Amino acid sequence: MAATTHDVHDGHGEHHHGPAKGLGRWLFTTNHKDIGTLYLLFSLLMFLVGGSMALIIRAELFQPGLQLVDPHFFNQMTTMHALIMVFGAVMPAFVGLANWMLPMMVGAPDMALPRMNNWSFWILPFAFTMLLSTLFMPGGGPASGWTLYPPLVLQTGDAFPFVILAIHLMGISSIMGAINVIATIFNMRAPGMTLMRMPLFVWTWLITAFLLIAVMPVLAGAVTMLLTDRYFATSFFNAAGGGDPVLFQHIFWFFGHPEVYIMILPAFGVVSQIIPTFSRKPLFGYHSMVYATAAIAFLSFIVWGHHMFTVGMPLTAELFFMYATMLIAVPTGVKVFNWVATMWRGAMTFETPMLFSIAFVILFTIGGFSGLMLAIAPADFQYHDTYFVVAHFHYVLVPGAVFSIMAAVYYWLPKWTGHMYNERLSRIHFWLSVIGVNVLFFPQHFLGLAGMPRRVPDYALQFTEWNMVSSIGAFIYGISQLLFVYIVIQTIRAGDKATDRVWEGAHGLEWTVPSPAPYHTFDKPPKISTADAHG
Amino acid sequence: MHIKCLARFCAVLTSGVLLLWSMAAVAESGWLQLNMPRGVTAVSREVYDLHMLILWICVVIGVLVFGVMFYSMYFHRKSRGVKPAQFHESTKVEVVWTLVPLFILVGMAVPATKTLITMEDTRDTEMTVKITGYQWRWQYEYLDQDISFFSTLSTPREQIYNLAEKNTDYILEVDNPLVLPVDTRIRLLTTSADVIHSWWVPDLGWKRDAIPGFINDNWTLIEEPGIYRGVCAELCGRDHAYMPIVLHAVSKEEFAEWVQQQQQSTAISAAH
Repeated sequence: MAATTHDVHDGHGEHHHGPAKGLGRWLFTTNHKDIGTLYLLFSLLMFLVGGSMALIIRAELFQPGLQLVDPHFFNQMTTMHALIMVFGAVMPAFVGLANWMLPMMVGAPDMALPRMNNWSFWILPFAFTMLLSTLFMPGGGPASGWTLYPPLVLQTGDAFPFVILAIHLMGISSIMGAINVIATIFNMRAPGMTLMRMPLFVWTWLITAFLLIAVMPVLAGAVTMLLTDRYFATSFFNAAGGGDPVLFQHIFWFFGHPEVYIMILPAFGVVSQIIPTFSRKPLFGYHSMVYATAAIAFLSFIVWGHHMFTVGMPLTAELFFMYATMLIAVPTGVKVFNWVATMWRGAMTFETPMLFSIAFVILFTIGGFSGLMLAIAPADFQYHDTYFVVAHFHYVLVPGAVFSIMAAVYYWLPKWTGHMYNERLSRIHFWLSVIGVNVLFFPQHFLGLAGMPRRVPDYALQFTEWNMVSSIGAFIYGISQLLFVYIVIQTIRAGDKATDRVWEGAHGLEWTVPSPAPYHTFDKPPKISTADAHG
Repeated sequence: MHIKCLARFCAVLTSGVLLLWSMAAVAESGWLQLNMPRGVTAVSREVYDLHMLILWICVVIGVLVFGVMFYSMYFHRKSRGVKPAQFHESTKVEVVWTLVPLFILVGMAVPATKTLITMEDTRDTEMTVKITGYQWRWQYEYLDQDISFFSTLSTPREQIYNLAEKNTDYILEVDNPLVLPVDTRIRLLTTSADVIHSWWVPDLGWKRDAIPGFINDNWTLIEEPGIYRGVCAELCGRDHAYMPIVLHAVSKEEFAEWVQQQQQSTAISAAH
């Protein structure tokens, strides 16, 4: 309540409390809400760019043979699609949500390090401009897959150093974002907001931030070694010079597996906010949710080898990575069971955020099942590098991470804009997305099991039918995201006035401030009541 | 107006599906390609059984969990006038749904471990073939028979660029297939001369990366004669999709004959 009264009383101080005018506002802003908006809009733009690349891929794969693009360009598309979706769409979207929501959820006036916050965002447009510009360089963009395995990646043309530098910039941006999250959560919580009272979205982001700080420097090290291998005659990954190409894979996946959880833990947090709200019932097993998140984060550091079962590791290493990976199913299962238990005997309504969250739980779990199958090393010798893997990680990333971002946007958009979105259109968006995504990715399980390798522009004739289905799903899903863009713009410009609480069952500090949330909230720390702690 | 639009959309969709379906009936092809092949080795069948076991366990868990969810979504909705319960913690159930999955996992790990140990045991093989990946073809060297040749895609470019009708084995055909005897424990070494490739014939039940500077050790024992096709599974550049593997598994006698032929033709070309 402090923030509301503050704005009313402080009318004369407007010049240093409202947003600046014009472009300068966005360039120089240190306001967590402005920066959150920038991150989210940037992420949306990258989602559309990366999505267009996916549609090029699916269009080429609609039929066997080479129709639309050259295989080299196809490989650039698979590589760029992944880099852009991972580093440009999913990660910035979660950082945007963190910027908007974390201070409001813990009762802080802003992020702890607002200037660094501005910097960490404004690095990104430059990083991605540079990355995208490589497509126009001699030899084209990177075409080695986003995993950048040497020696193949060393065959990249002039684009090579630009790709490496772009990745460095993205890493720096992520690390700064993570430092900011940790500093905010540890230092800026309102009195009475103890750690075990924090909303689960705050918890999952705190753990995610530690993962980011732990592994982004590892990626930076790996790509720097690639750079020196190429330009300074080192042989880290060059067998002929005494190096080891597999070493790169170990380092990459030591980063890469925690990276996967960097993209999914905040999604767990979002869903853990939304399901209780629309079930009108507190989250079941709050403590076990926190412990499960921490357990998943810990396990993420010791399972990287399951990405490389086929490189020829010793038997004992394969056994270790298989067992450790299977263990992840336990805390992940706990989370799913807790969500179901939260819904159990609630009084549910199914507004769009809830629809996306339920779809998340079901479809993410399907991705989890295929993940468990992939953990079984002897079976992975068959699954590895096939469309089965493609289906698996798209199930956890698209109806997983991306659906949770959609859910979060619909859930908090009324708080951000002060307007309700169009419920009818958003439901159409949901149903088109959920149908599209399953038509797109489910047949890829079949393709992979039947023997179609990943990252190919052409395939044997027996894969024609399911590839066609998959491509049709891709265009349904892809085009329906334009509807999402329309709904968001429509909501920003107009719409029914949202109440402060917005949702009947909503709990948490963000719902105690007006809608739209004023430019500055919680200049004075709020009083924490048990009801407003972790919804 | 709205309903009409929807009806029209449904009609278009249905006719599209029907069209696809009839096309499928005519071509009589890939719709039924849904699962992993059982393969032609003891190992590939073990892998297949393991795959099916885990799949069914996942299906059962999925049906149970989603069943509870859908039950709840139907009966515990506000529109039915229910009042929400307020329970939110139970150590007992948390312990149960931590331990039960753990036991299920142990149940999966036991057969998986057995299979893995069998697959990694490369002792006691009767002959050795060294497989080297190149951008974009395979080289096969029979170390005991002193035979060596390259195996390259034989599908004509016209078919790839849709200028000619595609063969049944489109991009799964080569000039010189790998010929191996059945009922023989064969050691297959994989390595590479340039970037990383991965040698994969699904009917053998495994793939293994071909890495420059490394020699990976694998074995197989093919039980049925036949032609088995595979692909490179690790992205290796522009023509990654165009370096297939064709494996002819023949009887021991036929293999001996083939070896003799090969050695003769090498001898002749050496003499010239």
